Amino acid sequence: MTISLLVNGDPWDGPREVTVSQVVAAWCDSPRGIAVARNGEVVPKSRWDETSLAPGDRIEIVTAAAGG
Amino acid sequence: MESTTAELIDRTGAPGSSGAGGTDWVDADLVMAGQVISSRLILGTGGMSSPESLREALEASGTALATVAVRRVDPTTRHSLVDLLADLGIQVLPNTAGCFTASDAVLTAKLAREAFETNWIKLEVIGDDRTLLPDSLELLAAAEELVDDGFIVLPYCSDDPVVARRLEQAGCAAVMPLGSPIGSGLGIANPHNIALIVEQAGVPVVLDAGIGTASDVCVAMELGCDAVLVASAVTRAHQPGVMAAAMRDAVRAGRAARAAGRITRRFHGEASSSFDGMIAR
Repeated sequence: MTISLLVNGDPWDGPREVTVSQVVAAWCDSPRGIAVARNGEVVPKSRWDETSLAPGDRIEIVTAAAGG
Repeated sequence: MESTTAELIDRTGAPGSSGAGGTDWVDADLVMAGQVISSRLILGTGGMSSPESLREALEASGTALATVAVRRVDPTTRHSLVDLLADLGIQVLPNTAGCFTASDAVLTAKLAREAFETNWIKLEVIGDDRTLLPDSLELLAAAEELVDDGFIVLPYCSDDPVVARRLEQAGCAAVMPLGSPIGSGLGIANPHNIALIVEQAGVPVVLDAGIGTASDVCVAMELGCDAVLVASAVTRAHQPGVMAAAMRDAVRAGRAARAAGRITRRFHGEASSSFDGMIAR
């Protein structure tokens, strides 16, 4: 049973009760230098393991890029 | 008229003096938000053609602080900008580049704080995607909210002295007026405004945006800016590493020239050689 999320603007299916930690692990080699927003709000790193996602959640996973 | 304008722009800047300053002042550390920043040249990383080129420019510049944008992770990217800066001992200054509203900028700043474990933020809120000029109203709103949330805010702003004063009053740790539009390379369009901002500021003034080459950096420091932020002029130069080194020299040259106390500008001439002892004509 999977749930549909939007991750960085693209549809992504994850297992039911997937956590932020799990989504980050699927997208990034390392959590270093990474931050996550869920539905427009920052999810602190300390809460990634315990934050389960709901169907339709919009996730943004960001890092540093050349700029500024 | 001419002497008043000249006096304002040409006044030496060694603190507390009406005369020239010494090498102690020239070499004094830049302090922002209570922290020593060992270089007065801040680099923006945007526009660099390759990671190797970026590393070369960062090393040549001697910078201690470099800006990064906050963007979605790209699984195809192998190199890490955060790791590169850490390797070189350069402090990360996240930037809200690309934001057009206060709420976007605030969210970006909060993401940056989480990602890079710093509460420093270069605040950029753009009002127009052609000129990239800042939206002063959104900028001030974002600055107030972020200062309230414990951020150390360095705002990229208009060269309007009133806006600069409002940002300082809101609790920003510096003010960063533009010389001219981002990436334009037009240098300092309004030196009078920059001099006015320097005169009134109680926080460091960092000339940010529009620098095109080393002489622009020199002018900024001669006007009394405490530091400069350069991105495109280095990253898009034909030889970024060479330009970065030139900028480093220009920062010191401009600051030393200001300490030295320049001559005032004159409408007519003033002979440097005495007429005494001239042979008969």
